[in-house]
Amino acid sequence: MNPIVKSLIILFLVIFIPLNVAAGLIWLERRLLALWQDRYGPNRVGPFGLLQVLADMIKIFFKEDWIPPFADKPVFVIAPAVIMVTVLMSYTVVPWAPGATVADMNIGLLFFLAMSSLGVYSIVLAGWASASKYSLLGGLRASAQMLSYEVFMGLSLMGTVLLAGSFRLSDIVAAQRHMWFVIPQFLGFILFLIAGLAETRRLPFDLPEAESELVAGFHSEYSGMKFGMFFVGEYLGVILISAMITVLFFGGWQGPWLPPIVWFVVKTLFFICLFILLRAALPRPRFDQLMSWGWKIMLPLALLNLLVTGAVVLAARP
Amino acid sequence: MLSILRTLWNIFLHAFQRRETVQYPEEKPYLPPRHKGRIILTRDPDGGERCVACYLCAVACPVACISLQATEDETGRRYPEFFRINFSRCIFCGYCEEACPTYAIQLTPDFEMAEYHRQNLVYEKEDLLMSGPGKRPGYNFWRVSGVKIGGKDKGEAENEAPPVDLHSLLP
Amino acid sequence: MNILFYVASAVAIIATFLMLTRMNAVHALLYLIVSLLAVALVFYTLGAPFVAALEIIIYAGAIMVLFVFVVMMLNLGRAAEAQEREWQRPSLWVGPSVLAVVLIAEVIYVLTHADTRMFGAEVVGPHQVAQSLFGPYLIGVELASMLLLGGLVGAFHLGRRLEEKR
Repeated sequence: MNPIVKSLIILFLVIFIPLNVAAGLIWLERRLLALWQDRYGPNRVGPFGLLQVLADMIKIFFKEDWIPPFADKPVFVIAPAVIMVTVLMSYTVVPWAPGATVADMNIGLLFFLAMSSLGVYSIVLAGWASASKYSLLGGLRASAQMLSYEVFMGLSLMGTVLLAGSFRLSDIVAAQRHMWFVIPQFLGFILFLIAGLAETRRLPFDLPEAESELVAGFHSEYSGMKFGMFFVGEYLGVILISAMITVLFFGGWQGPWLPPIVWFVVKTLFFICLFILLRAALPRPRFDQLMSWGWKIMLPLALLNLLVTGAVVLAARP
Repeated sequence: MLSILRTLWNIFLHAFQRRETVQYPEEKPYLPPRHKGRIILTRDPDGGERCVACYLCAVACPVACISLQATEDETGRRYPEFFRINFSRCIFCGYCEEACPTYAIQLTPDFEMAEYHRQNLVYEKEDLLMSGPGKRPGYNFWRVSGVKIGGKDKGEAENEAPPVDLHSLLP
Repeated sequence: MNILFYVASAVAIIATFLMLTRMNAVHALLYLIVSLLAVALVFYTLGAPFVAALEIIIYAGAIMVLFVFVVMMLNLGRAAEAQEREWQRPSLWVGPSVLAVVLIAEVIYVLTHADTRMFGAEVVGPHQVAQSLFGPYLIGVELASMLLLGGLVGAFHLGRRLEEKR
């Protein structure tokens, strides 16, 4: 097949599938949360409530798209687009199966980190442009939180980079043929999981939204599809982080018997469910606790992990 | 750290427990007979209206959703000319039932009153009045009270002595 | 790659110019971020993807977030905009602009006339960067890390004193 056509098809699939899965995640999350809280969740619209997603989408598209008169209009409009763009850009480097990636860059991992660090702007600018106290507080919290968790997110991944010897994600997957990196890099995995939670603002770390204190934090003033874009962006982030955990620590597409893409999807789905379980189980920490954990526990641990990994790699080198 | 893992495990185990949800429209929950739901007006065992239009329910109502107008028939029996409850305001507190001296106004375990138009939530007397005595069978206010109405003179009520003729008490 | 380079450079220059002329501080910062992203793309087209990624992660992703954070905290209102307008009188910016135009003309002359084998004949990957950083330039890296450590200790010291005074 023509390589350009092939990469266009992959590009289309990479944009199309995560967007739809993200919408489906709304259903999955509500059903799973209900399961763990001894409820049923949405089960009326269609079989198992599957059409609930469709109903929600129709509803959100027909909501009034309201820009508050006191808001900073251009920034207010750009902010939700930024998160969609940055998260979707990150999908270009994810290796779904051997050869099935839009751009197999030699700095793939750094590209992912760069895009996730740009994602902060969406939240911060949304909070600022809304010109509301709650939104501003949410934006401030988001910038502080994501900045500090990004630091050791990058550092926690450097262990895998050391072991694989490359920033290219397909190389990292290939390097896990004999042993998943979760075994030598267990600490790195835990750190990345926590940092990923903080980056996607999922429940134990959803302080920028914090319904009980800040109404809805940075998106208090948003409505209609702009709000929907934040929502979809969050779910896209969850899928992305799950996919990255799969790629970096759990051997990506590798596994016996089944085709590679199935293994990838199964592993990713497992981590998505883990994310939802964390949301179901854990309460939100206080903001100063969050920051001091980040800087006083996570960062030293990440540095230690990097140091030990580096020493071991150096010692084991022939 | 360990407690977090234990929490996660415990929550995960909830996946295998019975779900508490009652699948409502197919599966009705049990409501006790004294549940405070839709308000009705009851009748005597004889079939007459119990309400004597004393306004106590309207006064007791904290959201002022009851309005009525008293009138009298030719026999001297009081009854409401109209009796209107605005259920879009009603909070189902049951104070009207407690205030009612004749057990006329009662709350029933029915709560499925949803309407598409708010105006339809205003119930008139015809909508409220039912044919039976409700929670108080056998009670008839006019038969135990000393008030004189058509067909019952003073002193003819239950447990009531005939009125004393003052003029006959002269020594 | 040539076209990409020129487009990215043009975007960088325009964004920087717009950044200078904005009245609203946050809008100015947004243009600065766009400018940094464009510069990252310039690095990429020149065959330095590693530097491009670091540019985005560190400058656009971390330092500028701090800037936005501070500007948000300052709560600049209309008074600040008026002051900004005051600062942007022509008499203030004409002089530096003329000098800058002279410099740009010089750069264009050099680019067009001198023999510069610029457009990334080879791609400088992470390996090469690391090997040169920890090989010939090791002393520079160590000095920079000492400087950063000094800054860290200083910041910690300032933070502590504030704590005790309270």
